[in-house]
Amino acid sequence: MIYITSAVAAWLFLIGLYGVVTSRHLIHLCLCLTVVQASTYVLLIGISYRAHAIAPIFSDLPPTTPAVDPVVHALMLTDIVVEATVVALLLAITVQIKKRTGTVDPNHVDILKG
Amino acid sequence: MMPLQLLILALVAVAGTAVVFTREPVMQPVGISFFGLILALMFMAYQAPDVALSQLVIGAVGLPLMILLALARLRRHDE
Amino acid sequence: MNERWRLLLFVLGALGVAALYVIAFIALPGPDPLRDRYRLAINSRTVPEHNATDAVTAVNFDYRGFDTLGEEFILFVSVMGAMALLRQAEEKKTIELRDAIDASRDVPGSTAIRVWVLAMVAPKVLFGFYIVSHGQLTPGGGFQGGVILATAPLVIYLGAHFKLFKKIVPHTAVDVAEAIGVAGYVIIGMLAFFWGGHTREFLTNVLPMGKAGSPAASGTMPLISLATGLEVAAGFSILLYAFLQELLTKEKPSEQPEQRPEGHA
Repeated sequence: MIYITSAVAAWLFLIGLYGVVTSRHLIHLCLCLTVVQASTYVLLIGISYRAHAIAPIFSDLPPTTPAVDPVVHALMLTDIVVEATVVALLLAITVQIKKRTGTVDPNHVDILKG
Repeated sequence: MMPLQLLILALVAVAGTAVVFTREPVMQPVGISFFGLILALMFMAYQAPDVALSQLVIGAVGLPLMILLALARLRRHDE
Repeated sequence: MNERWRLLLFVLGALGVAALYVIAFIALPGPDPLRDRYRLAINSRTVPEHNATDAVTAVNFDYRGFDTLGEEFILFVSVMGAMALLRQAEEKKTIELRDAIDASRDVPGSTAIRVWVLAMVAPKVLFGFYIVSHGQLTPGGGFQGGVILATAPLVIYLGAHFKLFKKIVPHTAVDVAEAIGVAGYVIIGMLAFFWGGHTREFLTNVLPMGKAGSPAASGTMPLISLATGLEVAAGFSILLYAFLQELLTKEKPSEQPEQRPEGHA
């Protein structure tokens, strides 16, 4: 069970990195970073899952029912919201790069060249 | 392992590949919105409702909105 | 380094990662009773100790409250960074709203959109507050509810002009709201210094626990949830405001006739 989720996580990670490496538009690069982030979510969900266990909400069931791991869920849900604002920051940087160099192709942005 | 979880994992892999291979900038928010929705379904299938709530609003509404606004700003610079 | 070499380097790296992954697969341990200790400890303690039926929110705001404070600061700082990058230099040029001049740029919504927005704004706000305030009972909490609350100004913009959006979400008000959200979390943590009894640690749960199933249960958890919801909603509204203002305004042409107003690379 955990083999398959780890395999999907590895596939997403590698295909996202491939997108970052061969990207020709800075916004497409930010989206491929989102795919790499999603691979970490898939891996963490695979770690927290136990077969035949309920969600960690005990409003209608007794607290001794076997449930999945709530600590990993807590890590993930703050992470999702925070990464969205970091992607907004990256998009703001993209807008500034277009203003200053006139191009959004990462192969032609040469701000750091000496 | 439930067949629902296998199916949704396969959909996640396909949607992620589709996001990477969409090169046209205008079609990218659609792809990322679909990817966010499929991820939220995956979180539900793995008994994680809190995370699914978070991912649903962010990935299907917040992220494509910011991408569209950034694209509109870039296009305005072209003219 | 041109494209082909970069791709070749990536393929070599990917093959290395794949080989390491296969080795890790083979060495994965089987089901181990030691792996489940933290999960069993927390799942058996949330309801008796805190009267909180949602274990994830209890972990977020009580057992691991300090980590959530750090994540909120990351959110605060990145919203500040995006706002700083998108804002034009307002002390040099005067800004005039482009949608007052170029009507095709800021298109007002059609009647269908306006009717739908009127129907949906109140349920959105109500649902957002419900999710924020019932964080410790059902799936929810500050982060989810805050983002739901932030979509309410968004649909108002979609159905009307940018001017109405600016009136409903004034810039100083959301700035102050975001600051109150972050400061509220720290102040609630500091309550433990006065009422903590013999343990005076930051972020101890010192308020009365209440009855399981009521929204006022679990001590400081609903208050922290409210502060977090306020901060996340205000943060996303600021982001939306900054992006929209950057998109829909232009600089007034300055007094020298030979200076181009915009469009230079």
